Amino acid sequence: MRRFLTTTMAIALLAHTAQAQQLNFDDPAEFAKQREQLTAKANGPEGEPWVQYYGDAMVDTAKYKKDGPYTICFSNAGVNNAWRVTGWTNMQAEVKLHPEIKELIHVDAEGSDDKQIADIDDLIAGGKCSILIVSPNTTAALTPAVEKACATLPVVVFDRGVQTKCPISFIHPVGGYGFGIQAGEFVANNVSAGANVLMLRIVPGVDVLETRASAAKRIFDEKGLKILGQEFTEGDNAKTKSIVEDYLQRGNIDAIWMDAGATAVAAIEAFEDAGLPVPVITGEDQQDFLQKWKTDGLKATAPTYPTYQWRTPIIAAVKILKGESIPGPEWVLPQPAITAESLDTYINDKMPPLHHAMCGCEALPDYPAAWGGK
Amino acid sequence: MTEKAVKMTDTNLFAGKRRLPQVNPVYFVLAALLCAIALSNPNFLEPTGYMNFLKRAAPLAILAAGQIYVIVSGGFDLSVGSVITLTVVGSSMLLDNNDDATWWVILVMFAIGAAVGLINGLVVSYLRVPSLIATLGMMITLNGAAFMWSSGSPRGYLPDTFRFFGRFNIKGMPLIQFLPVALIVLVVVGLALFWLMHRTNLGRLLHAVGDNPRAAQMSGVPVERIRIFAFVISSLSAVTAGILLGGFAGVSTDVGTGYELQAITATVIGGAQLLGGRGSVPASIAGALTLAAIFTLLNFIGLPKPTRDVVQGLILIAAVVLATYRRNRTGGR
Repeated sequence: MRRFLTTTMAIALLAHTAQAQQLNFDDPAEFAKQREQLTAKANGPEGEPWVQYYGDAMVDTAKYKKDGPYTICFSNAGVNNAWRVTGWTNMQAEVKLHPEIKELIHVDAEGSDDKQIADIDDLIAGGKCSILIVSPNTTAALTPAVEKACATLPVVVFDRGVQTKCPISFIHPVGGYGFGIQAGEFVANNVSAGANVLMLRIVPGVDVLETRASAAKRIFDEKGLKILGQEFTEGDNAKTKSIVEDYLQRGNIDAIWMDAGATAVAAIEAFEDAGLPVPVITGEDQQDFLQKWKTDGLKATAPTYPTYQWRTPIIAAVKILKGESIPGPEWVLPQPAITAESLDTYINDKMPPLHHAMCGCEALPDYPAAWGGK
Repeated sequence: MTEKAVKMTDTNLFAGKRRLPQVNPVYFVLAALLCAIALSNPNFLEPTGYMNFLKRAAPLAILAAGQIYVIVSGGFDLSVGSVITLTVVGSSMLLDNNDDATWWVILVMFAIGAAVGLINGLVVSYLRVPSLIATLGMMITLNGAAFMWSSGSPRGYLPDTFRFFGRFNIKGMPLIQFLPVALIVLVVVGLALFWLMHRTNLGRLLHAVGDNPRAAQMSGVPVERIRIFAFVISSLSAVTAGILLGGFAGVSTDVGTGYELQAITATVIGGAQLLGGRGSVPASIAGALTLAAIFTLLNFIGLPKPTRDVVQGLILIAAVVLATYRRNRTGGR
């Protein structure tokens, strides 16, 4: 009955959309910048993308130098989806690589801005933190809390950003436009002009997802593809499959573009059950989709929002506390897509269905058991 | 004295005449919606159209047919959504793509479902906790349990033998081309629940308990046991719905979210009286189909999402108003 509840919130939703437009999720300059970064060569050690970075800007952290052992505090937006589950497991394993870390204090905001603001206050007041890592629930709401923390602690932000320059570094992969470009270009290159594309999205109004969609739409418009619709699946398999079934009843689908891959297999099954060939499809690095792609020989690609970015804040935190300079004020990590050529490297049927293969976690302690693998 | 008696007979006759042609308006609403769907998309009249619709609506219809037992007995069961989630997540954990385990895993799930219903019923009947609160607590507990079991992300797949019920279509049928197994499940479960509520003494006691628990108690109805029975039926229907949903689309960790309210809405559209004493299994199933038809129609018309939500809400309210109006007119309570 989520939909029913949403109904009662329709006005709030419209207001929200208006606000979303103000934030501009279709910025040609950012689109061009990220498109360039996707093909640029990153600095840093080969084969370890979680410590690589684009550009040469570094931040001096000598003033934060302090003797160990360290207590790292982490205010987490939530562990409420499979991407965050994989990422959070990565982070805990990364901590085990650093003997100088005495303790990782983790507070889970469970997807609530209010709780996260209170969590950050508590961490500051507790006085135990050597450094604070924040993965903000939403950008605008968490900005004042992060600013307050900056006044007493060194702060590192990752995943979603905040609207302040006070953190030492903001760690994130190339970004939403990059994701949308990788998936959008694959579709555009594999169908003919005028082809029908169905865009499946999770929810409206989230910056990292809106930019994925706007980038793809820009590419589809340039190529002259027909967008059948932009539908919101709320990340639900049953809803995704139903939506695709309904579109199939109304006509032909030449390509499926998705802003996230958790329900890609459900979308594929809609074609299977209708006895139709699976069209060009873009997913993400979830194991179930990668395995389906290989078994069925699909024409597919998998852009990623790599979960190895959860390792980087721990690495950054330790460097900061040792007074070593780190990339900043933004630490932009590579954001590779999985293609037909690299597919085999990432497939591992011992891992759970929604394990994100681009985790950079294979050499971490307790792999694969901690990630639910066998 | 005689005059009075004659008068009374008259009134009864009159009421009888008015009541006879009454058909539950939910069937008209459903028919109207199906016509609208067919008009907006003629492909709906093809077997793939209406069969997919029925297949998709089957879990909610079964859930509503179970929920009506609790509603008629005067309660609510908010825990059914979490039972669905637990069924899907738990089955995927226990099965882990092992075809042979399907049968015992399904039995285990029904056992868990029965236990959940039993606890709901015991808490409501003997600890005197209002059902809204008791089942809300159960919902939170079970969602937590499913999360703990899976650590928030699906840890296994559902093999084809399990997914058979929610996904498989029997092909090569005359006229209808194919028949979804989910539809067979719906018909069987629907008939069984119909029979139990409308053709047995148990069903009559259920209505009595919901209509006036005190009167029922005084006339020797085992109120507590009847209530427990209603909750067990509701939980078992949720397990069935979970098996169909998991079969239809695979594992999600929040697959059941929101289904409790959809099921209650479906029963209300079907003319059930919240707080008990009145409701029917076929009308609840029709209510569920109506709800599913509203979703499908709005998908087909292709309105933007916010508009769709507004229209959907208005249709829902209208459907419930219609059901209530009819109840008032016929003098039902």
